Amino acid sequence: MEQQIDVGKVATNGSGNLLPLFDERSGMGRLQAIVAGQWFPPEVDPRLEREEMVLTIKDFCLWYGEAQALFNISMKIPHGKVTALIGPSGCGKSTLLRSVNRLNDLVDSVRVSGEMTLYGDSIYDKGVDVIELRKRMGMVAQKPNPFPMTIYENVIYPLRIDGINDRKVLDEVCEKSLRGAALWDEAKDRLQQSALGLSGGQQQRLCVARAIASEPEMLLMDEPCSALDPIATAKIEDLIDQLRGSYTILIVTHNMQQAARVSDYTAFMYLGQLVEYGPTPSLFKKPRLKETEDYISGRFG
Amino acid sequence: MSQTTFETDLKMPETAAAGRVAPQAGRVWRKSAGRGSTLAAHGQPMVWLAGGMLAICVVMIIGLVLLVTVRGMATFWPGPLVSFVLADSQVVSGEITRTSSYQPRPELIEALPPEHRAKAEALLAANEGFAHRDLVRTGNFELDGDHFSWVSDFTVTETRFPQWGLVMERLTWGRFYGEPRQFMIDGRVVADSPEAAWEEFKKYHGEVRQRWRERRQLESKALGKINHAQEKARLKVREAELALQRARLSHGRNSAPYLAAKEELGRQEAIYNENNQLFAAQYEEVRARINDLNRENDRYQLRLATYDGREKVLGLAEVVRAYPANQVSLINRVGIYLDRWLEFLRDDPREANSEGGVFPAIFGTVVMTLIMCICVVPFGVLAALYLREYAKAGPLISTIRIAVNNLAGVPSIVYGVFGLGFFCYLVGSSIDELLFASKLPSPTFGTGGILWASLTLALLTLPVVIVATEEALAAVPSSMREGSYASGASKWQTIQRIVLPRAMPGIMTGMILAMARGAGEVAPLMLVGAVKLAPELPIDGFAPFVHLERSFMHLGFHIYDLGFQSQNSEAAIPMVFTTTLLLILIITLLNLGAIYMRNRLRKKFVVSAI
Repeated sequence: MEQQIDVGKVATNGSGNLLPLFDERSGMGRLQAIVAGQWFPPEVDPRLEREEMVLTIKDFCLWYGEAQALFNISMKIPHGKVTALIGPSGCGKSTLLRSVNRLNDLVDSVRVSGEMTLYGDSIYDKGVDVIELRKRMGMVAQKPNPFPMTIYENVIYPLRIDGINDRKVLDEVCEKSLRGAALWDEAKDRLQQSALGLSGGQQQRLCVARAIASEPEMLLMDEPCSALDPIATAKIEDLIDQLRGSYTILIVTHNMQQAARVSDYTAFMYLGQLVEYGPTPSLFKKPRLKETEDYISGRFG
Repeated sequence: MSQTTFETDLKMPETAAAGRVAPQAGRVWRKSAGRGSTLAAHGQPMVWLAGGMLAICVVMIIGLVLLVTVRGMATFWPGPLVSFVLADSQVVSGEITRTSSYQPRPELIEALPPEHRAKAEALLAANEGFAHRDLVRTGNFELDGDHFSWVSDFTVTETRFPQWGLVMERLTWGRFYGEPRQFMIDGRVVADSPEAAWEEFKKYHGEVRQRWRERRQLESKALGKINHAQEKARLKVREAELALQRARLSHGRNSAPYLAAKEELGRQEAIYNENNQLFAAQYEEVRARINDLNRENDRYQLRLATYDGREKVLGLAEVVRAYPANQVSLINRVGIYLDRWLEFLRDDPREANSEGGVFPAIFGTVVMTLIMCICVVPFGVLAALYLREYAKAGPLISTIRIAVNNLAGVPSIVYGVFGLGFFCYLVGSSIDELLFASKLPSPTFGTGGILWASLTLALLTLPVVIVATEEALAAVPSSMREGSYASGASKWQTIQRIVLPRAMPGIMTGMILAMARGAGEVAPLMLVGAVKLAPELPIDGFAPFVHLERSFMHLGFHIYDLGFQSQNSEAAIPMVFTTTLLLILIITLLNLGAIYMRNRLRKKFVVSAI
């Protein structure tokens, strides 16, 4: 680990200056202390311990060049549930999500420390085959990113790159995935047309279909509705609801209502730190921390 | 630290309120805006400037294309045959190719016979001292040693359009102008009035030309085949000789390989000698047929009288095309015009390229451009792929990029010199030594040829392709790449399946630019293989059918040759325009083909952009 941070001790702000300790009595809020560079252990609901875990993150830190973006994140993502990451812009939600399938490797200046395991298999160990790892996870990006090819080819892309060319298998997977993404009825007559001719909402569902085509162990969604209108958003949310149970979903969202509607668990992040993590209903109705309450009620952020 | 930020937040409304308390300043600002602020703020002059620049460009392009088109199209139009009788009773007859006005020197007027001088002076006075003159294509080069002659209007006493004036295009000596007198078969006169002679000419000319074409075919195909086979046998002997030499050098005079090689040489020589007799017999046979055809053609002759009182007997086989210029109807004129175009497009050149067709040049240009594309596109695309996708950005890559861009500024003749030195003399000579040793010392690949020309132009156009491809690769959205990586694709799979297809239209644009640049380039070609007259096309019926080592004709070089190397430059000028027009049309056609392909790709890949 690059940087040891002891809870409750003096923290530094990078330039080595000593910063005042966080203290409930001093009236200084926890968020202000985080701004000042102090690290806190997250408030994690004990109910999470009862779930079967898919992804375990332990003391995960990430730097873009000199700037640290994630600070000692430790959390577990439960099996078959929808877990939402919320927090203000720039708090590291997307960075954390992209770290799970190592998409951050594409950025030259990124450095990480800490551990991540998927069903006990390390993600960041030296010998890990990144390509095999990514095949175990599906990802839906913020902006719909269909490939410049037909709808059919888009859906079966993960199989094509695996070298599967059996028409029967491909047809089957295509239909199953499109049905799974609630796009089959709209797309079944135009499978051989360009995917770029679909509407934005349809494109996003196509991306979901592509993400579930190779039956991944986990689905990563990076603000999947931010580029969509309310109707398309509702469709995607319905879809997430349908996928619940059969897939483990980690979703980043800006929209607090969306997190409340679709997720089973919610994690609140702030400036690269995990602040509170617990079952969605209790986090939204009765958060353990005042800061979380302030954020979800819109008092700051 | 954090508190200060909160404080500034609190102060915000105050500053906003402060803004509201000073309405005076705001009103002043608004007033000046309403009156129409500075000129620059409106941007109108810039619109005019930009539009004006575009207009100048368009006018220049249209002007150039119009000039080339009008003069290029006019070349083949059959005009009337004029006969001028001059004041010194000289007769000048032919086709008028152009006219100009000039100020004649007084000596010219004084040299006129006295009875014409007053008339000429009056004419000049009416035109404020200027006179018109016509450039007359007089032809009949073997009689008067001139192709063209200027005729000033004040020297002309009579202008005639002779009814039976014939324009004859010939295989040699250029055009002939004259009046038909007699038609002769085997030296016997069968018609001796212009009309009858012309009728006889029309009757026999077709079949004579047919026989002539047959003869040409025999010469190029049948004799060519025999020569080819003979050459092949000779090369076999030479190969055996070389093998013998090698055996002697490496094994000694009495070794088994040496004796075997000697035996082989004896065998090949026997075959060669045997074949030689066979070839000689075949050759004689073809020659005899050719002679028969020639003899048959020589029977038909036309006696013509020129307008300055001389006579000439022409063999019918000599005449490519003839027409009574002052009698032909408009439809026939159009027919002659189209026939000349057809000849231009289909036939080989004659008369030092100033007459006949440019088919070998069209063929050479197209083949060279296509080979160039086949070479430069994969090469450039792969280089750009590495630069953009694999190489880590750094000073080295920036330097390489700058160097590539600077390559575009190297004078094209330098590429020619490089091509000559590297491809012809280094690579070509090595190939010759390895594979064509039996043909040495005459080079096969060790001299200019269409392959080396294409490769030289491929180097010349490489920067264009690299730059365009890099731009196209950079324009592929990163979201698409990430989507592919997230699906578990490797880097190469992403490039192959997502990036390249998406960038393909941009790569095609690079290819189109490279094609336009390459097809129009002449200077380097002069060094690496373009010639004035290529005896054989680079693709023909002899195995291996594609002969990339051959020198070739190129339209651009043809233009240069016509315009600056021609003996008969006045006759060549119209051909320069026609050939230029043709070159522009061919480049346009090649580009349209590429653009059509690009648009199909665009439709396939980019329907909408979200």
